[in-house]
Amino acid sequence: MILKSENLEAWFGEAKALKGVGLEFESNTVTAIIGPSGCGKSTYIRCLNRLHEETPGARIGGRVLLQGRDIYGPEVDPVLLRRQIGMVFQKPNPFPSMSVYDNVAVGLKLGGIRKKRELDSRVEWSLRVAALWDEVKDKLDRPGTSLSGGQQQRLCIARALAVKPVVLLMDEPTSALDPISTARIEELLTELKKTVTIVIVTHNMQQSARISDKTAFLLMGELVEFGETSALFTTPKDKRTESYITGRFG
Amino acid sequence: MIAEQRGRTIKNVLMCSALAFAALIAIIPLVSVFGYVFLRGFSSISVEFFTSMPRPVGETGGGMANALAGTGILIGLAGLVGIPWGLAAGIYLSEYVAAGEKGAGLGGAAIRFGIDMLASIPSIIVGLFVYVVVVMPFKHFSAWAGGLALGILMIPTVARTTEELLKMVPVHVREAGLALGLPRWKVIVYIVVKGSLRPISTGIVLAIARVSGETAPLLFTAFGNQYWSHDLSAPIASLPVQIYTYAVSPFDDWHRQAWAGALVLILFVSSLNLLTRVILKPSGRAGA
Ligand SMILES: Nc1ncnc2c1ncn2[C@@H]1O[C@H](COP(=O)(O)OP(=O)(O)O)[C@@H](O)[C@H]1O
Ligand SMILES: [Mg+2]
Repeated sequence: MILKSENLEAWFGEAKALKGVGLEFESNTVTAIIGPSGCGKSTYIRCLNRLHEETPGARIGGRVLLQGRDIYGPEVDPVLLRRQIGMVFQKPNPFPSMSVYDNVAVGLKLGGIRKKRELDSRVEWSLRVAALWDEVKDKLDRPGTSLSGGQQQRLCIARALAVKPVVLLMDEPTSALDPISTARIEELLTELKKTVTIVIVTHNMQQSARISDKTAFLLMGELVEFGETSALFTTPKDKRTESYITGRFG
Repeated sequence: MIAEQRGRTIKNVLMCSALAFAALIAIIPLVSVFGYVFLRGFSSISVEFFTSMPRPVGETGGGMANALAGTGILIGLAGLVGIPWGLAAGIYLSEYVAAGEKGAGLGGAAIRFGIDMLASIPSIIVGLFVYVVVVMPFKHFSAWAGGLALGILMIPTVARTTEELLKMVPVHVREAGLALGLPRWKVIVYIVVKGSLRPISTGIVLAIARVSGETAPLLFTAFGNQYWSHDLSAPIASLPVQIYTYAVSPFDDWHRQAWAGALVLILFVSSLNLLTRVILKPSGRAGA
């Protein structure tokens, strides 16, 4: 097991968005987090790379262990931690007025890698793993924002992969994309999990069923059920899970 | 039904033509100022105007070479003051104050208030201020003082455009930078600010356009000079002040040159405005 949260709580000011969530993520698996809008899915994964604390007034309780080490420990630098836990967002967000190449290379460049050859090879590797290389290899100097929506999202995946994280967090990465781009990214995920451990938020249950090994169902900041995806969707243990997956609310 | 529709169409046409008429009246001053300055100035512009020094009273001919150079120098000095401080204030307001950074509340409110005040202070007051804090202690007018006065006048324009442009960068772009394991300051400098450099530079160009025609704050800072000045601690000529001096003089030849100077100034400011369009025009390539 590579990552786990224990009794994780999160606040926005006085509002409690997570009420003690414990989850475990195994290496090279895809774990989906599902639940109705506002149940705390984004908040949860933003606690895993310490992005939650960037919101003014936000704080957390409980523990998150990456390879056995508490990421909220006093000796942990959140900046360095985030190189190990990458993130892809809901809306494709290539950096403005940056080329395709620079979008992927920027994390490395600003992280101190200067050698052109090293940058080139890492950019190519990332774009290949993100299944984008063939489409952009001839337009690496074009703005990242000139790509199509689906390509932009794969560019963002490549950008996150370039710094070689061990875990990749994805917050509804396909919800702004058309069905064909969505299918490409879903396909990509099964390849990607050979390289990184994936935690993906989705409010699309079919997507969760298609791509994940395990699924966690959150409701109003609480973990309702967590288990093998096939089991959770066919024989849910909790009444609330059952009514959610059968579409009775959410 | 039909009658009602026709009534609506008529009202539409009336409204539209009334507004078009009002808009036309609004641009009449612009067109006539431009036209008049062009008429008067064009015949007086010559190579000599750009290359020669002012002649003593009574002699005809001569030009405003020193004033043109002086305005260039003053704009350069103003940029040294206005660009860094304006950028810093704009970045601080957008990235720390507007972002709700702890501890930025009071200082941020003070800075925002200061910038707003500065934007509304008449430029002559800024000139007076520089007169008191720079000219009086050093006991002489100088290019430094003039540049400082113009630079102070640039700050609010640069700060506000920078702030507004940076606020347009979505929060999730900043978060993507943080999520890559970049420290906050690198995200701000290399992703947020660098990504908005093009529009920000238009804000800077507009600020330069605005101050390059300022006259009042130069009267008791840079003062003016009939000769070349290489010394930044000495009084220096500038186009607006030279225009003013010549325009209020009793000499016809000086009036002619004042018109020529006015035309050059208008063309310079208009070309700066055009430059901003060129900067903003998407070129299809990434980067600057
Ligand atoms: N920046 C914020 N400030 C205050 N409350 C927030 C903020 N972001 C989210 N919340 C609240 O936290 C709860 C969980 O939100 P979120 O994690 O975004 O849900 P989900 O991703 O499952 O839709 C919601 O009630 C939401 O209103
Ligand atoms: Mg969400």
